[in-house]
Amino acid sequence: MILNELAKPELWAATLAMATPIALPALGGTFSERSGVVNIAMEGIMLIGAFFAVLFSYLTHNPWLGLVGAVMMGGLISLLFAWFTINIGADQIIVGMGINIFAAGLTAFLLNTIFGYGGTPRETLALPNITLPLVKDIPYLGPIIGQQNSVVYLMLVLVIASHYFLFHTNLGLRVRAVGENPQAADTAGINVRKIRYLGVILGGMLSSLGGVYLSLGLLNSFEVNMSSGRGYIALAAMIFGKWTPFGSLGAALLFGFAMALSMVLQGTGISANIIQMLPYALTILALTGLVGRSTAPAADGIPYRPDGQ
Amino acid sequence: MHKAVQGIITPLIAVGIAVLIGALGMIATGHDPLQAYGALFVGAFGTKVNFANTLANAVPLILSGLGVAITFKAGLFNIGAEGQYWMGSMAAVWIGYSLPGLPPVLHVGLAFLVGMLVAGLWAGIIPGLAKALVGAHEVITTMMMSYIAIYLSHYMLEGGPMMAPGYTPQSPMILPSAQLGMLVERTQLSWGIVVALVAACVVYWIIYKTTLGFRLRTVGLNPRAAKYAGINVSFNMVLALFLSGALAGLAGAVQMLGVQHRLYDSFSSGYGYTAIVVALLANNNPFGVILAAIFFAALSTGGQAMQIASGVPAHLTEMISGIIIFLVAAKEFGAIFQRKRTVKRNLTESKGGLKV
Repeated sequence: MILNELAKPELWAATLAMATPIALPALGGTFSERSGVVNIAMEGIMLIGAFFAVLFSYLTHNPWLGLVGAVMMGGLISLLFAWFTINIGADQIIVGMGINIFAAGLTAFLLNTIFGYGGTPRETLALPNITLPLVKDIPYLGPIIGQQNSVVYLMLVLVIASHYFLFHTNLGLRVRAVGENPQAADTAGINVRKIRYLGVILGGMLSSLGGVYLSLGLLNSFEVNMSSGRGYIALAAMIFGKWTPFGSLGAALLFGFAMALSMVLQGTGISANIIQMLPYALTILALTGLVGRSTAPAADGIPYRPDGQ
Repeated sequence: MHKAVQGIITPLIAVGIAVLIGALGMIATGHDPLQAYGALFVGAFGTKVNFANTLANAVPLILSGLGVAITFKAGLFNIGAEGQYWMGSMAAVWIGYSLPGLPPVLHVGLAFLVGMLVAGLWAGIIPGLAKALVGAHEVITTMMMSYIAIYLSHYMLEGGPMMAPGYTPQSPMILPSAQLGMLVERTQLSWGIVVALVAACVVYWIIYKTTLGFRLRTVGLNPRAAKYAGINVSFNMVLALFLSGALAGLAGAVQMLGVQHRLYDSFSSGYGYTAIVVALLANNNPFGVILAAIFFAALSTGGQAMQIASGVPAHLTEMISGIIIFLVAAKEFGAIFQRKRTVKRNLTESKGGLKV
């Protein structure tokens, strides 16, 4: 029965679709934490992205402008996060919590204020699905990767680009240096604050894109708290993926698979809820070193003060 | 004395600024802030029933807020109070419906105890030991354990061993012998409020008047110094997380025995997250936790009344909570201010020449 389900390409297509809104914020978190700023705000930033994508798409009648506007709003809220954590030196986890609670309130407040209590308008335009002409005819693989939402392909491109950026460019090296040893980076003439701003803002834009996928990719509407914990699963995926883009994607695919499988298994006697626990359990195992030890960037979470205070 | 006054003034300023920003938001969306806040206040405190319901709402926040405060005191961050609340709820409800024939005092006491123990172990064993033995960050582990607990409750209630006969995913009702008596009729205010107030006193006593509390605080202030002073840092970290989980578990148990009387299937009670905000605003002072919990409970009960009376969406209160967190987290803000002032004063003093 399960083997039968595993052989179906639909399950794997769903895995990829489910992995996308986890991989994007996980990628975002990777940028932030590689530069040394612990980011648990992905959950809230996703909500910002999801809401403003719908708002801008509705106002401009263009889902792509919705995407761009939402990503900018994600960058903007990250600017607030960056200012509190980098300039003021406030506790990164506490400010992250604050962003999550504030964003949940703000998006719900704006939803009710702008659209009333009946939900977002049905005529909002969603982001289109894309069919890859030749790929879709490949047997078995075609149905999996041949036709997906445009954001899914965008995510795959961004994962590759992020890997190249972090590990094969000068700027990427600087980001990693600041996250590992800001004193040394500062001595070498790198502007630690600027690099951290870059990490946090890129992180926010990517997390926001994850939210855009939820509201304009999978649906064409916004619902209160629609990220429903994906920002936290993304945090787990980032850790399980050892703070690398490909690792984050791999972990997101694993977690997406757990979600897709739990849907398929509904009504079969195997509890979907037990399967849904696995991502969290695996992350704890990875952190404790029982499954491939994950170690955070050395200066992750420590505010940097040039005078060494 | 001066310190105590400052400890009250700083959170008040944070609340004041957040409420002002909320008012600006109302004006920007075309509402009258005075009318809206007035409706909120009346909704939270205006009548005996409203006031009782606000206090009832504060009970789980006081208890889980105390738990979060204990870990903060020990230099740890328990972000998983939500899951510990669920573990405590599950255990207490199970004791509550499955042991007939017990005298009420014993039944309630047993449910509290088991709820605290289960939730305490949930926080203490895996996150506590992972922190103490391999240094795994407790923020991540408590958060992950939180989700595992929530899915465990779904499993238990959705066709699992705790589901009541029928099709609704909920547990059976707990027996009358395990239910807490009500303090004010036709409200949700039970004797749970007394449990919460006593717990605040006990936590105060533990933190400030016992060797155990002294050790926890020393570990929180400087783990290295604590180690040199012969304090077992690992043990105290596990203990702090255990106590924290036990209090969040008690919050769940009191809510089940006093208000809900059965466990419903839902994704979040919300108390575990607000508990963090409560502890932050209270600056981890157990009595401050009581006040902060009543404040956030008032926002939530009054928020509904505000939405009905003035049309301002109740979600505005969540925005206010978020802003309060920013302001409390930015307390360094004030410190920077003060440093500048001290420098200035020193300068003027040195210019003045004569100084006492």
